[in-house]
Amino acid sequence: MKGKKPINYWKSEYIGRSLVTVCGFFIVLVTLAIIIFICSKGIQSFTQSHIPLGEMLFSKQWAPNQSEPKYGAVIFIVGSTLVSVGAVVLSTPIALALAVFINYISPWFGTRVLKPVLELLVGIPSVVYGFLGVTILVPLFREWWGGVGFSLIAGMIVLSIMILPTIASIASDAIGAVPRAYLEASYGLGSTRWQAISRVIVPAARKGILTGIVLGLARAFGEALAVQMVIGNTVKLPSGLYSPTATLTGILTMDMSNTLNGTAWNNALWTLAMILLLISFLFILLIRAIGQRGEK
Amino acid sequence: MKARTVDTIWTGVLYVLSFMVVGLLGYFVITILIKGWGFWDLDFLSGLPSNTKEGGGIGPQLFNSLYMLVLTLLISVPLGLGAGIYLAEYAKQGRLLSFIRLCIETMASLPSIVVGLFGLLVFVTLTGWGYTLIGGALAITILNLPGLTRVCETAILDVPHSVKEASLGLGATKWQTLVKVTIPAALPQIITGVILAAGRIFGEAAALIYTAGLTTPLLNASADLSSKMHPLNIFRPAETLTVHIWKLNSEGIVPDAKLIAAKSAAVLMIMVLLFNIGARFVSVLLQRYFTGNKRTNKRKMKIAS
Repeated sequence: MKGKKPINYWKSEYIGRSLVTVCGFFIVLVTLAIIIFICSKGIQSFTQSHIPLGEMLFSKQWAPNQSEPKYGAVIFIVGSTLVSVGAVVLSTPIALALAVFINYISPWFGTRVLKPVLELLVGIPSVVYGFLGVTILVPLFREWWGGVGFSLIAGMIVLSIMILPTIASIASDAIGAVPRAYLEASYGLGSTRWQAISRVIVPAARKGILTGIVLGLARAFGEALAVQMVIGNTVKLPSGLYSPTATLTGILTMDMSNTLNGTAWNNALWTLAMILLLISFLFILLIRAIGQRGEK
Repeated sequence: MKARTVDTIWTGVLYVLSFMVVGLLGYFVITILIKGWGFWDLDFLSGLPSNTKEGGGIGPQLFNSLYMLVLTLLISVPLGLGAGIYLAEYAKQGRLLSFIRLCIETMASLPSIVVGLFGLLVFVTLTGWGYTLIGGALAITILNLPGLTRVCETAILDVPHSVKEASLGLGATKWQTLVKVTIPAALPQIITGVILAAGRIFGEAAALIYTAGLTTPLLNASADLSSKMHPLNIFRPAETLTVHIWKLNSEGIVPDAKLIAAKSAAVLMIMVLLFNIGARFVSVLLQRYFTGNKRTNKRKMKIAS
């Protein structure tokens, strides 16, 4: 009986449709709002506080509370870059090994044990990683090499464990997507399993692996607390792997609440946040470029 | 060296590395549990933290974490589901869609501290709320929205086309098909995704330092709901468990700060384990429920219409 009535399209289609469309556009709105708010705050150090752009980007001196304040961000940019690149260098070979293992050596152990283990590693909160770093790594390094123990290498190791699941799962998907025929063709030519993996499978999955590495790099670059807890936060360029340094995220977590809104110091910190945002955006563009390169 | 030998050696290396990673997780769990031994003590779990003396608890922090989790899920699940539905069913291929996807990717890769600072600008300063629970919940919503959207979108896309077409063929509109056919079928996957997201929400800290604050007022359930002391008031500062660990580590002056941090870390670890196992368990259970009870579901739908 109800079926004979004309369908009320407002009730049964348009309202729901508009609601979900609003949700979809909400994401766009929020993303744009974040970029606009952070950037408008970030450029205030140049428009209001008249910090020269050159000093911000190329000066190694960060002394915001001196009588002649200096706002050079080089230490933090270098610190962040070193620690995240180091983490990726440590993490990538192991992640690749896991990806190969899951797909070709022992799929049973891979899906039953390794994948859940990786999921759990993703789930561990970053403060817990930081805490582990402080209680295990830092005392260990203090004993081995003297000094404070808080160091660049401690940050690298903690981060490398945090980004391992990211790289491994994306690389594993990429390696799993390589057509089986490649493997068989390689076997048919008389190669061993390792030869097939190292010379055919991994090169064929290059694009996906690269995406995983960049995503891992992005995650490492943006990670705040775990790194801040183990890296020492001394505002100077590191003299080696065992010396403490500071990162963009670290200085933001520590100093933002110590400064008054509108002061040059505060504005400079917002500029650091803007730099962080722009760099993470850069990583996204890089991933897109990697994705498109293969399609042509 | 012979190719065979090389092959054997590398196979061995891969085995060793894989077992090492599994061992690493085991080592972490055991270390945290040993360092934080005794974390299940009720006096610790429900006790008030102390600023100067030994023996403080984490009661308010634990409550704040759980409350924050519920609040965040209430906000982010409808939004994520809506956006997921839009992307899976309504969005048309083209410039606009690829722009939305770029936005989602950008949002997903935002460092959590940047989101926290955005929260400081908007939810703390612009609205004039100060450090609040709701501000924190909104900040973590931003962090989790891209992930939830992706989960919902893939879950909906995974529902077989034939099922949707059957519903559309019976004269249902697209929206009716979604609500009555597609979403119920996609529910197990969505729920698993939500539980995993819950684990991440529970562990988030960097975005909360500047939105939910580093302090908790003395909570009193008999106070007025609008008062900052009422536990359920969403406009009060709320230090969560993760932030508490960070604070203890960086500026803790309590003599047993290390121990409290270790015990709190153990509690967090257990919660994360529970969320992960829960997600697995629920997904198996729901899958069985939804595939086993098809007939009753259909009958219900018939009666309902």
